[in-house]
Amino acid sequence: MTNELRLVEAIRQTLDEEMARDESMVVYGEDVGVNGGVFRATQALRDEYPDRVYDTPVAEAAIIGLGVGLGAYGMTPVAEIQFASFAYQGFHQIQQHAARMRSRTRGTLNVPMTVRMPYGGGIRALELHSESFEAGYAHIPGLKVVIPSNPADAKGLLASAIRDPDPVMFLEPTRLYRAMRESVPEGDHTVPLSEAAVVREGEDATAVAWGGMVPETLSAVEASDASVEVVDLRTASPMDSATIVESVRKTGRCVVVHEAPRTGGLAAEVVARINDDALYHLEAPVERVTGYDVPFPLFAREDAYRPDSERIRRGIERVLSA
Amino acid sequence: MAEFSVEYVQALGEDGAVDEDEAPELDDESLRETYRLMKLSRRADERAVALQRRGELGTYAPGIGQEAAQVGSALALGESEWMVPSFRESAAYLARGTPVHRLLWYALGMEEGAEVAGSNFPPSIPVGSQSLHAAGLGWAQEMAESDEATICYFGDGATSEGDVYEAMNVAGVLDAHTVFFCQNNQYAISTPRRIQTRTETLAQKAVSAGIEGIQVDGNDVLGVRAVTQDALAKAREGDPVLIEALTYRRSMHTTSDDPTVYRTEDEEEEWGTRDPIERFERHLLETDVLDGESIAAIEGEIEETLADEIDLAKAGREEVDPAEMFDYVFAEMPPELRRQKEEWKSENERGGKEEGFERDE
Ligand SMILES: Cc1ncc(C[n+]2csc(CCOP(=O)(O)OP(=O)(O)O)c2C)c(N)n1
Repeated sequence: MTNELRLVEAIRQTLDEEMARDESMVVYGEDVGVNGGVFRATQALRDEYPDRVYDTPVAEAAIIGLGVGLGAYGMTPVAEIQFASFAYQGFHQIQQHAARMRSRTRGTLNVPMTVRMPYGGGIRALELHSESFEAGYAHIPGLKVVIPSNPADAKGLLASAIRDPDPVMFLEPTRLYRAMRESVPEGDHTVPLSEAAVVREGEDATAVAWGGMVPETLSAVEASDASVEVVDLRTASPMDSATIVESVRKTGRCVVVHEAPRTGGLAAEVVARINDDALYHLEAPVERVTGYDVPFPLFAREDAYRPDSERIRRGIERVLSA
Repeated sequence: MAEFSVEYVQALGEDGAVDEDEAPELDDESLRETYRLMKLSRRADERAVALQRRGELGTYAPGIGQEAAQVGSALALGESEWMVPSFRESAAYLARGTPVHRLLWYALGMEEGAEVAGSNFPPSIPVGSQSLHAAGLGWAQEMAESDEATICYFGDGATSEGDVYEAMNVAGVLDAHTVFFCQNNQYAISTPRRIQTRTETLAQKAVSAGIEGIQVDGNDVLGVRAVTQDALAKAREGDPVLIEALTYRRSMHTTSDDPTVYRTEDEEEEWGTRDPIERFERHLLETDVLDGESIAAIEGEIEETLADEIDLAKAGREEVDPAEMFDYVFAEMPPELRRQKEEWKSENERGGKEEGFERDE
């Protein structure tokens, strides 16, 4: 059985189902209760679980830090940070505690917290509502970083994240929240973390993307005559290099696409892994199509910043013609 | 053990009665200007929301209902003293002489709207974070032995952020010339003040930072003016103050918000009867500072100003050059960024649709 849902509806449904499944699960964050979240990802959840859905004060250090304590007590904390950029207000709790608790206590204490947050551009949002910081989180050992690009994966990945014993940063592309309605499996549906998906098969080149860049990449590829394989990374960390390497060994050419700034972006890590395991299969240097090394501009300039299918198409063209 | 109490000030009552002990001394011209600014802000907000509804503006945070709190406090500040706003301070900016089109530019997604003109910081989106900048400015004023001060705006929700407590605490320790002006408009998006903190007032948070805290009726522009003048006088001597202005956000949180989800019409109507502009207008009419004719003249002038300013804003939007996003990242553009800018220009100047999509083997 499947039903047609938008990405944000799939998130909401998954939270609902996971709360039913796990009585120790708590959903909390700013405006997630009465208001149902500013994107309505937790709509009416509080009506169903009045004792397990909480509106918190505006305090992100608290939102993250509380999760460490809740987890230690045996609960399953699922926190919402209203927009990804405001996780910086709780960054020390992520980096100094949540991510390293397992290591520093030699496995005697873990943090089974999921931190959901809308991220990315393309919705004409206010300043600091459009950033992509997956590379920053991926640079923190002990943290998982998951980014769905469609409703079915949103459900399957979120369920896996919630059930995972380690802290997961779950980045939800705002641009895709309501962009498409797709069939989502009903009932228990999980997608394993750290498994990339080949969402389109091809022979001539590989395009790697995640989150909000997947639809842009697919439309770039669909407009072309060449046969381009598209890999949706899905989990930024720990990264599934095997799927990427296998594809690049086959095609010999690769473009990596992300919205985040170019320097130190996750594409650099993908390229490094290709160098490690597929260098001699390459017929062209790997291309990066990314945001620029500038603070994400206010929305009058955001279209110029954000990679679109045209820029991705040009990147693919460059690897094909090299 | 320390004991404390929190003073509450009101100069202009809801019934229009003025408490002469509390009211500031202002001549008729200042009173009219205060009124004009409050009205200008109200109309600018209304026009901005309407523009947003027509798709001509981005997300906008109106300050409708908070005009007394903002105009009253901002007018107490000297021109070269610093104002550090949050994201809902259109009225304060207007009182500081910022033209409407600059506020609209920011809401049109243009960095041009965040350019600093006068001693005003740009808007600050991350809740409460700007309070530390105000503490820094106030500390600098102390070190420079300046007789000036800094005012910082934030909301009730912001008082839950660690930054705000840190700011008040360091300001106290460092004798910073800072006034922390909290507009308690009863909501942080959907979250009511009562679940923001268990303390009875927000003003008493000053106690834990060792600075003075005071409450004022935030819908009473005279009371706000007087309390802010006093607080600034103390801050100029190195004694920071937290002011909690009790007010109400009469409109939506931002144009993306739907308040009917989390509050009742009854509540909105009740606060409507305490509207700061109506209260002040009644007072000015009763004391013959204004009459029907002068109000109509002010209103006419405001509509003209807004029409011109909206045109200016739209004209500016037409001029936006996206390539400028590369220009202000550093004082000197690094080579890789220059390369990215050149690449952007070459791709966008060619119009994009150049080569085909064949493989070249
Ligand atoms: C650090 C941070 N967290 C969350 C948000 C999202 N957000 C924007 S405004 C707001 C509520 C702020 O309430 P308050 O401080 O009372 O100011 P008001 O909006 O009422 O003027 C929230 C949670 C943000 N902008 N920054």
